[in-house]
Amino acid sequence: MSEKLLEFKNISKSFYGNQVLKDVSMTVKKGEVHALIGENGAGKSTLMNILFGMSAIHETGGFEGSVMIEGEEIKIKSPHEAMDHGIGMVHQEFMLIPGFTVTENIKLNREITTDNAVSKVLGGRLKGLDYEKMNHDASKALNTLDMDIESYAQVAGLPVGHMQFIEIAREIDKEGIKILVFDEPTAVLADAEAENLLKAIRRLADKGIGIIFISHRLDEIVSVADTVTILRDGQHIATKPISETSAADIANMMIGRAVTIDREEGADRQISDEVSLKIENLHVNMPGERVKGVDLEVRKGEILGIGGLAGQGKLGIANGIMGIYPAKGKVTFNGKELPLNNAKQVLKDGVAFVSEDRKGIGLLLDEPIELNIAFTAMQVEDKFLKNFGIIKMQDTKAIKEHANKMIKDLDIRCTSSMQKAGSLSGGNQQKVCVARALTQEPQLLLVSEPTRGIDIGAKKLILDLLKQLNEEMGMTIVMTSSELAELRSICDRIAIICDGTVAGILSPTDSDTKFGLMMSGVTEFSEGGNE
Amino acid sequence: MGERLGSRKALTWAGDNAVTLVFVAFTVFGFMASDLSVGWFLGELMGRLYRNAFLVISLIIPVVAGLGLNFGIVVGAMAGQIAIVAVRFLDIGGLGGLMLAFLLAAPIAVLFGWLTGLLYNKTRGQEMIASLIVGFFANGIYQFLFLFVMGVIIKVPSTHPLIIPSAVGGEYGVGIRVTVDLGAADKGGLKYALDNIAKVPFLYAVIGIAAFILVLQVIRFVRSKKTAGAKVNKMSTIFNMVLCLVVIAVAAYSMSVRNSLSMVAKVPVVIVILIIALCIFTEWILKTKLGQDFKAVGQSQKIAEVSGINVDKTRIIAVIISTVLAAWGQIITLQNIGTLNTYTAHSQVGMFAVASILVGGASTSKATVKQALIGTILFNAMFIMSPEIGQAVFGQALLGEYFRTFMVYGVIGFALGLYVWKANKATKLTIE
Amino acid sequence: MLTERKKLSFKDIINGIGIPTLIIAAFFALILVIAHFYDLSVVTLLSDTVKRAGMNGLLVLAMLPSIQSGTGPNFALPIGVECGLFAMVLAIEWGFTGWGWFGVSVALSIVFAIFVGWAYGKLLNAVKGSEMTIATYAGFAICSFMCIFWLMLPFKSPNMGWFIGQGLRETIQLDAVGADMILNDLFGFWIGEEFYVPTGMLLFFFLCCFLVWLFFRSKSGIAISAVGSSNAFAEASGLNVNKNRVLANIISTILGAIGIIVFSQSYGYLQIYTAHLNIAFAAVAGILIGGATASRAKVSHVIIGVFLFQGLLTSALPVANQIFAGTDLSEIMRMIIQNGFILYALTQVKKGGK
Repeated sequence: MSEKLLEFKNISKSFYGNQVLKDVSMTVKKGEVHALIGENGAGKSTLMNILFGMSAIHETGGFEGSVMIEGEEIKIKSPHEAMDHGIGMVHQEFMLIPGFTVTENIKLNREITTDNAVSKVLGGRLKGLDYEKMNHDASKALNTLDMDIESYAQVAGLPVGHMQFIEIAREIDKEGIKILVFDEPTAVLADAEAENLLKAIRRLADKGIGIIFISHRLDEIVSVADTVTILRDGQHIATKPISETSAADIANMMIGRAVTIDREEGADRQISDEVSLKIENLHVNMPGERVKGVDLEVRKGEILGIGGLAGQGKLGIANGIMGIYPAKGKVTFNGKELPLNNAKQVLKDGVAFVSEDRKGIGLLLDEPIELNIAFTAMQVEDKFLKNFGIIKMQDTKAIKEHANKMIKDLDIRCTSSMQKAGSLSGGNQQKVCVARALTQEPQLLLVSEPTRGIDIGAKKLILDLLKQLNEEMGMTIVMTSSELAELRSICDRIAIICDGTVAGILSPTDSDTKFGLMMSGVTEFSEGGNE
Repeated sequence: MGERLGSRKALTWAGDNAVTLVFVAFTVFGFMASDLSVGWFLGELMGRLYRNAFLVISLIIPVVAGLGLNFGIVVGAMAGQIAIVAVRFLDIGGLGGLMLAFLLAAPIAVLFGWLTGLLYNKTRGQEMIASLIVGFFANGIYQFLFLFVMGVIIKVPSTHPLIIPSAVGGEYGVGIRVTVDLGAADKGGLKYALDNIAKVPFLYAVIGIAAFILVLQVIRFVRSKKTAGAKVNKMSTIFNMVLCLVVIAVAAYSMSVRNSLSMVAKVPVVIVILIIALCIFTEWILKTKLGQDFKAVGQSQKIAEVSGINVDKTRIIAVIISTVLAAWGQIITLQNIGTLNTYTAHSQVGMFAVASILVGGASTSKATVKQALIGTILFNAMFIMSPEIGQAVFGQALLGEYFRTFMVYGVIGFALGLYVWKANKATKLTIE
Repeated sequence: MLTERKKLSFKDIINGIGIPTLIIAAFFALILVIAHFYDLSVVTLLSDTVKRAGMNGLLVLAMLPSIQSGTGPNFALPIGVECGLFAMVLAIEWGFTGWGWFGVSVALSIVFAIFVGWAYGKLLNAVKGSEMTIATYAGFAICSFMCIFWLMLPFKSPNMGWFIGQGLRETIQLDAVGADMILNDLFGFWIGEEFYVPTGMLLFFFLCCFLVWLFFRSKSGIAISAVGSSNAFAEASGLNVNKNRVLANIISTILGAIGIIVFSQSYGYLQIYTAHLNIAFAAVAGILIGGATASRAKVSHVIIGVFLFQGLLTSALPVANQIFAGTDLSEIMRMIIQNGFILYALTQVKKGGK
């Protein structure tokens, strides 16, 4: 257990001046299950990208520090080289070819070949395939995992749970596999399947493979890992044997940071008990952010935050209400039922949306700022148009005037209202999105990931803007964000979404542990039990 | 319940094979409406099969590699024609000349295939329209080569049989003639250079091939007993065996009574052998490591890339193989026709081949040798039948000709459209 | 689609027009210079250029709505063209002549094009991601289907039938119905002895351009442009993507239908059967040469493109014949430039939906 298999030594990495890893060190021993945990953006993926020599690292100037395997420093320049060093990865999204059999997938591009007359003359790619040997290997790998899957079955027809195991079988079938990285392996699995998987991971570790286990599920980590390393904002917070810590402890370390509550106490605001938006049993089919039955009430005049880890469904809620992804359930707004899957009517009823996908859904990148700002109000409410009976023409003058007013009010930095939206900086693009939403004169504003991809200075401006809208205009705002800190800084209440449903509603002043545990899906915990 | 499920199954099957079924029905209708003799029809059909099968089969590999239907085999056909013109230009005839044409065509086709492959990698997702347009584009370069380079840049005496004599009576001609006579193989030309090596009567060939398949099926039947194969497989093997026996019986009967079937033109053995060899080659290569890579790339370029397969290179290899096969296929076709329509012979090759394979039930992502062969037969049956039906039903053969052009385009448009529609429907997000 | 800013540097202008367009323009100029040195009348060449551009203008303009709506260039232009052809044939059969013939043809063609364009738009919505390929074959298929139709039409007008047998002639002379060059000659005049200005046709072309330009500044037009640049954005703004795509393709089909009427009257003959099978490719290349891409286009691209491309084609023929007698160099050049431009545009298309 004590043999050092993999060592990260003082790893630092920055992207375009933005430091994402600061002096991180971590050691994985032989036969150890080493959990790696952190919020979105804590630096886990960057660390793994370094381990696998992804081009995203080299193309941005490499990294500082060293990676050592079995005591020897290695330089990995491509995923292929990582494989040669015995490092394997079980992907979160399945890298399986549906039309191939289990064996063919396990042996993908590592097929066992046999020589024939042609291949001897024309080269190795014309060698035949030795299915017998391949099937044998595949079965062996599957047996190691204690999985009863026919190796000649086509992957397309198999249950999702099996696919994960095929991925793992592929990795352990590789010769000399030493380190195996699991990236959120249980995210798509049912409970029973997840349990099987954890057992299999344990078995692999017992065979002497070092395992890096990335997961958000704290209870899983506690049950399977030997050691846990916590990253936060690119910094190494702690590495502890699992026996010396607890779920609550980990949660605390994962979130813990100075939270500034930006709301001025007693600010003259009217949050009535009147419910503005009522969501009942909402289901949304948004790939990667599925919503599976959300009930939520938004009070008039408040800022409600929606938080949770990536992939848990928090983003699906606003997208579902706005008709961007197929949804079902019941949504009532000011006493009137909003039709689902009907973007136009929802917009007409006074709901505006600032999407998390700024470049895809939020903006027409090749069109000028002024058209971007006026567009939705023009199409939905017939504003900025001159009516000539058979045809409604755009009112260029009115559009420009309004755009210039918005540019001034929101302080959008641009050369003129004719500048293309695509050429603006992230923060200013976001302001254009907000301007478009405000142009609709909405009663409810849904904002998703308002500060994603925006530099720190601009982040504050955007948050201040939202706060100002709420306080000065009394606008009800629902803000969805992956950054807990920013939710806590301006929201009145924060709903935490886990596994597509509301895990609970917290106050911004609640403890880090509470937030951390709720986000990680730990439901039964007693306050103060381990603090 | 079971019955309803069965009928629905039959319905989806019919839907999946709509194009094929329409063509079968059309052929049957043709026989009923016109008074074609089966013997004549079969003779025509077989002639067209020998000519076109090679070209249609050349489409399979790009489909497997995910490039869709390669209309760009037109470029391969041009390579074949360039080789033939070169051989005629050097006046080398007979089997030797033809072999030289095959040999010359290969490097030209490899070059063309490589270039079109590069283009397809640049137009990912739009390969099919790109392959169509690249045919038109290449046609411009081809004409530049044969109408301008041959004559203006490379001076050729007006007296050369391949060259268009100068209009103003100059010493040098300009461009390759619009039709190039390939000349009879035994008189120093290329016509029938392959066909004439060996020919056997049609019915002998039928019996021979049927017997061959029968033996294969028997072997498969015996073997399948050992492995735990599916029941369906066994049933189809038995069905195939019975079919072979019936064919043999009919052929033997026809021979004994000397009906119209025995009048069908003799079979050019070498071409049939080449086609069979190509079928085996295609099946074989798909079973090699390269073939496995084709399939992987064809299903998911991303996963293939992550697994370390060089996706771009694999795609280019697929296009090169297709282009070379098309070049050879065009040479086989031309030696059978005997004349080369220098500027038009290639133009329809891509569309006819694509229409053929689609009629056989292939799609943008799946194509097999069986589909290619069935498609070639059904498509050409329609081709022969159309004018006859036009004449018999409407009194206008021209109508039938327009109809078959319509069928070519219609089949391609319909089959491709149906495929995309189904694929879009499958990926559309819904809630429950 | 909105007006550009005033201050432009030289570099901006070059980038604004686009290098491929400038290359073609330079090539065109070069050919004119060569023509001058070979004692060909440059003025006549320019006169022909104007005429050919006017003839083809609407067909190129038909590309604009479909490109803007995101369905790509309208490779199914033959569909609109067949509507126009059928309208003209009907107008002849019903005995209209002169302006009456022209008016009835245009009116009828619009009616046909609305129905056909609607169906075609529906088809494109079903095959998202492969519009260009399917459109090409839909165009081919309709064209060959109409061949059967022409052959079976029981029309009686002596101006159109074969002397014996059933069906319509391949080429129908329009002077028989007094419609030969009818639009060209409206206010048409000569400048000097070699330059003829087909005023009516040019005005008609520019009028259509203006209307299309205006349309893309209206609520519906802006919606179509938005759908074309981002489906997701348009949907989030409550637009019905499919409806807008259909509308754009109806407009495109109408322009194609009227376009062939303008083309035919200027040509003097009505060509049916397979004459216009490949008409789409030249029109697609036209707008691309003007600077459009497969996903964005402006009216200015149409005007620049049609004048440059048609100018190049008209001038290259006599010049090439003069230099290399007996070769068909200009046709070869057309094939290479036309299809080269389409291929280039295809390499710029973002990866398809799969």
